[in-house]
Amino acid sequence: MIDDSEFDDIPGTTVFTPERSRKGYHLNQFCMSLMKPENRERFKADERAYLDQWPMTEAQKQAVLARDYNAALHEGGNIYFLAKIFATDGQSFVQAAAKMTGMSVDAYNAMMLSGGRSPEGVRSIKEGR
Amino acid sequence: MARISAGVTTSHVPAIGVALDLGKSDSDYWRPVFAGYEWSKKWIAETKPDVIVLVYNDHASAFSLELIPTFAIGCAERFAIADEGFGPRPVPEVVGCPDLAWHIAQSTILDEFDMTIVNKMDVDHGLTVPLSLLFGRPEAWPVKVIPIAVNVVQYPPPTGNRCYLLGQAIRRAVESFDEDLDVQVWGTGGMSHQLQGPRAGLINPEFDHEFLDRLVNDPESLRSLAHIEYLRESGSEGIEMVMWLIMRGALGADVNELHRFYHVPASNCAVGHLVLEPAANDSGGPS
Repeated sequence: MIDDSEFDDIPGTTVFTPERSRKGYHLNQFCMSLMKPENRERFKADERAYLDQWPMTEAQKQAVLARDYNAALHEGGNIYFLAKIFATDGQSFVQAAAKMTGMSVDAYNAMMLSGGRSPEGVRSIKEGR
Repeated sequence: MARISAGVTTSHVPAIGVALDLGKSDSDYWRPVFAGYEWSKKWIAETKPDVIVLVYNDHASAFSLELIPTFAIGCAERFAIADEGFGPRPVPEVVGCPDLAWHIAQSTILDEFDMTIVNKMDVDHGLTVPLSLLFGRPEAWPVKVIPIAVNVVQYPPPTGNRCYLLGQAIRRAVESFDEDLDVQVWGTGGMSHQLQGPRAGLINPEFDHEFLDRLVNDPESLRSLAHIEYLRESGSEGIEMVMWLIMRGALGADVNELHRFYHVPASNCAVGHLVLEPAANDSGGPS
């Protein structure tokens, strides 16, 4: 068997492994549907009803409704698919990324302008580096 | 005969496209980013390539989870601009080069690279932002484009070594095409960035500068760089840099560096950009 466990050794990072892809299939395919303007309108008109058309788990639906992208990643979502949700909301990658880090957009932007997040200490959980 | 005259690498940050499309490229935030491409815009206006083999990754635009090709080559006459969730970018449609694209598909497949042939594919910011950076905002793109989409979304992506070898196979394919065409190969994406999770915003200039140096002068050493190292050092989306190795493999062993640019930040990303040409004395054979 192929061992993907090394991918879980990176702090604060969810790698889109085969296991996550299988878990998140319907969540991600729902996201893809938002690439059509008419589907975006239907979703915005009644989010819950739109989500109920997809064979997603309740946890996946709650993550979408709450725009809790870390939870959505945990439920098998992939960031490029989840991007269709925040694009529908008129939000940028910076706004979504800031939310996932728990920072305000201003604080996140300030971090990026000062050179971004250092890899120091967030390379490996096991090795603490 | 067709020939590969140059290679270009550049990040393809979507916010760069948005800044251009909304006329914000002269703002204090964006001016330094676009300044890094001024030299390249003049260079490409003078060199006038006929075709660009543009290596990029689709960001869940043309390919959902229904179909995930590792290497896909666009053989169509034209490619529409994808709606990524906020309407298509207001840029010209992309005109393909089916004669050369089909030849590259045939040649690389017989060379044992199992390419997926695509006859209908909307292209997203991964392909259009590099064109905008080099050509600005023309009425029509002044080159034909052969899109090569590489899966770097679903694990596992291809290895850096496989990408480098594909680049060599693309060179063999181009050089066996009878028509006299000036062809460039572009590798896009990167550099260090992470768009997801609590570690989002990661930037690693030390890694990026070393990657640029090695890509130019010691690409052989990058062939064995493992996926996990890209992820740890350059962020989860830094993995896009494996695509730069396709460009580099296509240029042959030795190159001349014509231009280099590096800047932090553009949105969540470190922007890196190189313009390279094959060294005159290079035979192009596999090393």
